[in-house]
Amino acid sequence: MLAAMISSIEEVGGFFTSVPLIVFLPLAGLLLNIILGAIFKDRWGERASSGIAIAAVLGAFVVSVLQWLSLQGHHEGVTVMFKEWIQIGDLDIPWEFRVDTLSVTMMLVVSGVGTLIHIYAAGYMHYDVRYKEDPASYRRFFIYLNLFIAMMMVLVSGNSYLMLFVGWEGVGLCSFLLIGFWYSRNPDASTGIGNSFAAKKAFVANRVGDFGFLIAMFLTFWATGTLSFADVFEHVDAIAPGIVLAITLFMLLGVTGKSAQLPLYVWLPDAMAGPTPVSALIHAATMVTAGVYLVARSAPLFAAVPEAQTAVALVGGITALFAATIAVAQSDIKKVLAYSTISQLGFMVAAVGMGAFVAGMFHLVTHAFFKALLFLGSGAVILALERAHHPLEEDGHEHDHHDDHGQAAEHHFDPQDMRIMGGLRKQIPTTYWVYLVGAVALAGLPPLAGFFSKDEILADALHANPLVYALLTAAAFLTAFYMGRQVLLVFFGQARSEAAAHAVESPRVMTIPLMVLAGLSIFGGALNLPGLHGLTHWLEYTLGHEFAHATEFNITVALTSTLLALAAIYLAWLLYGRQPATDAKAQDPLQARLGGLWRAMQNKWWVDEIYEALIIQPYRRLAAFFAETVDWRFWHDWVHDSLTGRGFRGLARFLANPVDQGVIDGIANGLASGTVGLSKVFSFFQTGFVRNYALMVFLGVVAMLGYLVFFA
Amino acid sequence: MIPVSYYFALSAILFTLGALGVLIRKNAIIIFMSVELMLNAANLLFVAFARTYEALDGQIYVFFVIAVAAAEVAVGLALIVAIYRSKQSIDIDELSSMKG
Repeated sequence: MLAAMISSIEEVGGFFTSVPLIVFLPLAGLLLNIILGAIFKDRWGERASSGIAIAAVLGAFVVSVLQWLSLQGHHEGVTVMFKEWIQIGDLDIPWEFRVDTLSVTMMLVVSGVGTLIHIYAAGYMHYDVRYKEDPASYRRFFIYLNLFIAMMMVLVSGNSYLMLFVGWEGVGLCSFLLIGFWYSRNPDASTGIGNSFAAKKAFVANRVGDFGFLIAMFLTFWATGTLSFADVFEHVDAIAPGIVLAITLFMLLGVTGKSAQLPLYVWLPDAMAGPTPVSALIHAATMVTAGVYLVARSAPLFAAVPEAQTAVALVGGITALFAATIAVAQSDIKKVLAYSTISQLGFMVAAVGMGAFVAGMFHLVTHAFFKALLFLGSGAVILALERAHHPLEEDGHEHDHHDDHGQAAEHHFDPQDMRIMGGLRKQIPTTYWVYLVGAVALAGLPPLAGFFSKDEILADALHANPLVYALLTAAAFLTAFYMGRQVLLVFFGQARSEAAAHAVESPRVMTIPLMVLAGLSIFGGALNLPGLHGLTHWLEYTLGHEFAHATEFNITVALTSTLLALAAIYLAWLLYGRQPATDAKAQDPLQARLGGLWRAMQNKWWVDEIYEALIIQPYRRLAAFFAETVDWRFWHDWVHDSLTGRGFRGLARFLANPVDQGVIDGIANGLASGTVGLSKVFSFFQTGFVRNYALMVFLGVVAMLGYLVFFA
Repeated sequence: MIPVSYYFALSAILFTLGALGVLIRKNAIIIFMSVELMLNAANLLFVAFARTYEALDGQIYVFFVIAVAAAEVAVGLALIVAIYRSKQSIDIDELSSMKG
């Protein structure tokens, strides 16, 4: 069905043939940065590095827009053959680009939000590299960032599961490189664990998920003999339902790794050790949504097995609520957003699990807008405090009076701790306003983007699975509460530290992308307004009508969630806004009211500790057992030393003494001494006396004659 | 007419004398003479049987033997002279340097 809808590239015009540029422009950007940076060394300044990187991503965005324009005439989409890749027997996997409404939606989000974050990072990293005292890393940052965009584009544009997997692993690598960007900062007080450790944790957790994705691909190829999307979906009806269930459940494992769902979400909060633009781009807006994209892309597979859909929806729903409870009790500004991201990803996963693929993709897009905005805003807040606390030379003259901070105070200064903020709306008004827009969008108040996308998911959930609806509604209530708490703690009340009192507004290179994202967060809901269903019709061309039905606007659901959100915000105001804390060391008002529950939420339900005790410690003990007992004692001491070593020495001795000395030498020596003995016998007859010889001849003649005469 | 058995007996005695001379004596010239004795013992038998059976074959053989003996004498005497020159003796037992 889907294959028939895809036209071949020769039949259609448009700009489709330019689609490889979405991968190769960022690649060209990073290569230019590597090569020119190596040639010009110190003369290759920050403006050149970031300029090339921004131009490359902007180029990719322009190409994505061209794809969007071309699709207007050919909604069915095209596949663009780029290069033969793997041809082994029946296995034929070319590198094909798939341009359809679903992939172009992802391309636009990745390159659009990516461009804004690149621009922001040009300003942010200028300060960050100086605070980390390693200005040379500026170029390295943009090289990684461009590589990420290229890999993300491979992921969303691939026409087969294998090409998607190439991008999937590529973005995992970039995530690893960028989480561990300040790899020598170890351990990092703001995140609790060292940066390089956080990077490894992310990589390993993702490997567990990737294992599931790989098994799903093996099963798919085994069952259908192909990995290309359209061909696989054609065969869905022919595969045994058990196999489809296994494929989708293994795929779900991959989704839980990449999109940070239970039980593999643990890497994402620690991934906040990376620079803040990375948190915004990779760990909020784009990479972590790859799992949602995978499920949406595999809609025909998931739709074939309702059991898998229920599992996906439940994983999403439980994760949404679970992560939201943790976000309530965090004091680190980025940790709140990290758990919020996990929670919102839970919304999307639940949506695509319920078959509401459009609602999931809609939330993916709007979430990319407001969560990127919130992360970048938090970066601006962090930087505002950092610059007030340790003025750099270029803005030092304004804040000379802060230099008299004691060494001890410097040591404990954590610019991400919301407890030392407060009252920042007066110091950094631009950041305050855009942050407020993002927070309200995330809380889901009309008419901002988050309201429409979240309510579409909730309306679908009420239809499909009341349990998931209850979970998501509770999560939505907590979302509004923790965002209200965060905004009140950070921007209202009074400054609870010197740094907060003298916070410095960020430069325009950072605030302009924030304003653009704020605009998108306000108007993003227009993509799929109830009644108009723009995104639904747009994605229907790719997903087909059965997977992309328009959801009726449910006024009860909308009213319930809006009232709950308002109630949560009011509750947050009661606790944090009415009598704001004046001291950074003051107890959180919820701590006394909730007691043990607060401690559990603050300690993330001890999931890391449980994993440590249940998995990591037994694994280490197993590794130690293998290393010491199996490898060293059994294998090295016993098998190698005792069995092989001693046995071999014994065999060598046996071969040397009895065999070589006895038998071989015996043969040689025996031959020699035998010859000598025989010679002695013969030389006895060799007397040298002629008459003896004559006697012999005579006797011989007599003997011969005697024989002839008497016997012949 | 003398029966052939007499010749046969005389030839046997001569041959035995010759053979014993070769085996027993050490003087090269005596050995040489003993060899001639054995050759002539054979010659005697050849001519005796030739006359008895009235066939000329035996007599022709005798001429061959005399011719070969003459040649042998020439070579043999030359050898003896050479031996004498190197050893200052013709004692045949002196020539035992080929002893193994």
